Amino acid sequence: MNYFPDEVLEHVFDSIASHKDRNSVSLVCKSWYRIERYSRRRVFIGNCYSISPERLIARFPGLKSLTLKGKPHFADFNLVPYDWGGFVYPWIKALAESGIGLEELRLKRMVVSDESLELLSKSFANFKSLVLVSCEGFSADGLAAVAANCRFLRELDLQENEVDDHRGHWLSCFPESCTSLVSLNFACLKGEVNLGALERLVSRSPNLKSLRLNRLVPLDTLQKLLMRAPQLVDLGIGSYVHDPSSEASNKLKHAIQRCKSIVSLSGFLEVAPRCMSAIYPICGNLTTLNLSYAPGLHGNKLTKLIQHCRKLQRLWILDRIGDKGLGVVASTCKELQELRVFPSDPFGAGNDAVTEEGLVLVSAGCPKLNSLLYFCQQMTNAALITVARNCPNFIRFRLCILDPVKPDPVTNQPLDEGFGAIVQSCKRLKRLSLSGLLTDQVFLYIGMYAEQLEMLSIAFAADSDKGMLYVLNGCKKLRKLEIRDCPFGNSALLEDVGKYETMRSLWMSSCEVTLGGCKTVAEKMPSLNVEIINESDQTEFNLDEGQKVDKMYLYRTLVGHRKDAPESVWIL
Amino acid sequence: MSSENGKLLPETDAGGLNFEATELTLGLPGESRVTSDGVAKLGSKRGFSETVDLSLGDNKNTNKFGQSQIDVPEAAKSPVSKAQVVGWPPVRGYAKRRTKSCKYVKVAVDGAPYLRKVDLEMYNTYQQLLTSLEDMFSCFTIRNYLSDKKLDQVNGIEYVPTYEDKDGDWMLVGDVPWQMFVESCKRLRLMKSSEAVGLAPRTPPKCSSAS
Repeated sequence: MNYFPDEVLEHVFDSIASHKDRNSVSLVCKSWYRIERYSRRRVFIGNCYSISPERLIARFPGLKSLTLKGKPHFADFNLVPYDWGGFVYPWIKALAESGIGLEELRLKRMVVSDESLELLSKSFANFKSLVLVSCEGFSADGLAAVAANCRFLRELDLQENEVDDHRGHWLSCFPESCTSLVSLNFACLKGEVNLGALERLVSRSPNLKSLRLNRLVPLDTLQKLLMRAPQLVDLGIGSYVHDPSSEASNKLKHAIQRCKSIVSLSGFLEVAPRCMSAIYPICGNLTTLNLSYAPGLHGNKLTKLIQHCRKLQRLWILDRIGDKGLGVVASTCKELQELRVFPSDPFGAGNDAVTEEGLVLVSAGCPKLNSLLYFCQQMTNAALITVARNCPNFIRFRLCILDPVKPDPVTNQPLDEGFGAIVQSCKRLKRLSLSGLLTDQVFLYIGMYAEQLEMLSIAFAADSDKGMLYVLNGCKKLRKLEIRDCPFGNSALLEDVGKYETMRSLWMSSCEVTLGGCKTVAEKMPSLNVEIINESDQTEFNLDEGQKVDKMYLYRTLVGHRKDAPESVWIL
Repeated sequence: MSSENGKLLPETDAGGLNFEATELTLGLPGESRVTSDGVAKLGSKRGFSETVDLSLGDNKNTNKFGQSQIDVPEAAKSPVSKAQVVGWPPVRGYAKRRTKSCKYVKVAVDGAPYLRKVDLEMYNTYQQLLTSLEDMFSCFTIRNYLSDKKLDQVNGIEYVPTYEDKDGDWMLVGDVPWQMFVESCKRLRLMKSSEAVGLAPRTPPKCSSAS
């Protein structure tokens, strides 16, 4: 390797896309480390508190694209205080002051202030792409700054953020000179946007490939936008209510038919089922379909729609589709790889829900299925065993039985055997979420068979510490473990504290670990931050070592205790 | 279905989700349909759940489910009241949008033997709603004040669309913006034109934003 000049090695490294591989490359020798760091353009940081912006900048001066994740996953389910942390401002400030030519920023579960967005928009002349997923803390003013100042913006993608957008002027802030947009997604915004500005923006964006509208974009605007952008590949429809016999509907049909490149369809934030026939002409091309925001679509209208979608690879749907509807999916969508079935009524009677039958049908009809998120009323071991046999290719298998400790309703047994079959059969499984009645046995299986497992989510399961130990000892590639309401205590937690340094993070809430146990971890492992989250009314933490800890979140870090934790978070 | 004194429940709920008032429930005797702040109780069909001894979310309980022998057949019949468990099922707060269900309101037509229900969320404009009502009650003619269009008369009787708003007042359909109407409408009544003499305007009101 000494024979090759640096430029040659750089060129070779360029072809290595995966972060993991590039990380491995940098460990080979000093010169490879050096060449790799200068040529690195994209960095992924799965936990924003594992490293500091200063160290990032020092190591990768050529950085162009940064991905950051903030809050732990269970923040999605209201288990983390809103002010826990994950602020992006320090990152943007440090990058701005460093002279790094940032072009892309992708954030997930972070707190993004308007100030950060404004600073971002003014600090990087070549900034091209902003993707915010499940973030909060900003308003339409921040978006206005991005629109106004990022002259070469290609992508503004807002996914499921909480945005205060009562003032809808931000779209008008894109200057006339901005013609570079490739992707615009504002489906999560609740407020009105300037429709005229939107139409003009789309008209002057010949490269626009992805457009996702919010609920308040009416049908006639949709029709005009489609006429101006027949080259769209990905469309998110806002409001889709019209009278099928009307002139407006005809115009829309015509506009949709011109869009021969659309392969991804989502939205339908407001929909009247009888109008779906207007999109049949493009259904045959769809590879991605997300109807999970359309509770009004169900029954025949829904299945008729699906029957037109023979090329579907990814389907996100509500459980109103029912087992029968999933049968239609199974017989129509032979290319299906990813299925997500969301609950339309998570806290209610669940009459419309799906059961194990639907899943079995899909597994039988769709052999390429490799990714599943399935909220259901019930599950049986027999069904899981059948699914495991039919679909050995699962990479992600997330099952959520709405009743958290429900056993197999046919045999009244725990679901250990069913999940055991899944992990045994699916040798490439990377992510697993369990539910239903489960004993330590399932964890024995997981430890034995789930060799590629990287992320495991457990709730209301197990009998004893053994469960957790099986997992920690067996799953060598485990990176994220999140546990709630399980009887795991100090002896499981403390058995092998070194293990946590090989992982990104561990979350345990409503378990049996005590303050003393957590303190011990913190003492033995200075490379970990051990955070205790206490949201109760008591202003002072109870210092009794035997006190059980409500929520513990620990993660490896190179930069010690963070300085921005709120009062409810105590870093041991 | 019945409150404890045996009377039928009032037909409208405070929340505007009227269909729940007529929903059959298996609530325990004496169990009220609504909580004290007027919100319909969740799981009204799952009265049994209150009697199932599962202390979810209770940190102090060391005896988790692995230990306790749940009476399984019954647990299978009636799932635990899900509203009690924080963060379960694991759906994103944002995902609550998916559950934003329809706004069904009762539609009464003077002279019709039974009522119908429509989902106001299915429509975007007054015109769509009125057209749909026409389909539903096809033997009647609905006077459309907004477009001042006389629709086909079949039996010569005209109806004026009115609705009861949140304050309990009967209003003429069409005066306020559509979205405002959807939010405040509790029920619809198609009133015979003859009864509306003196109440209905002779000239159509200025057409407010129909969308």
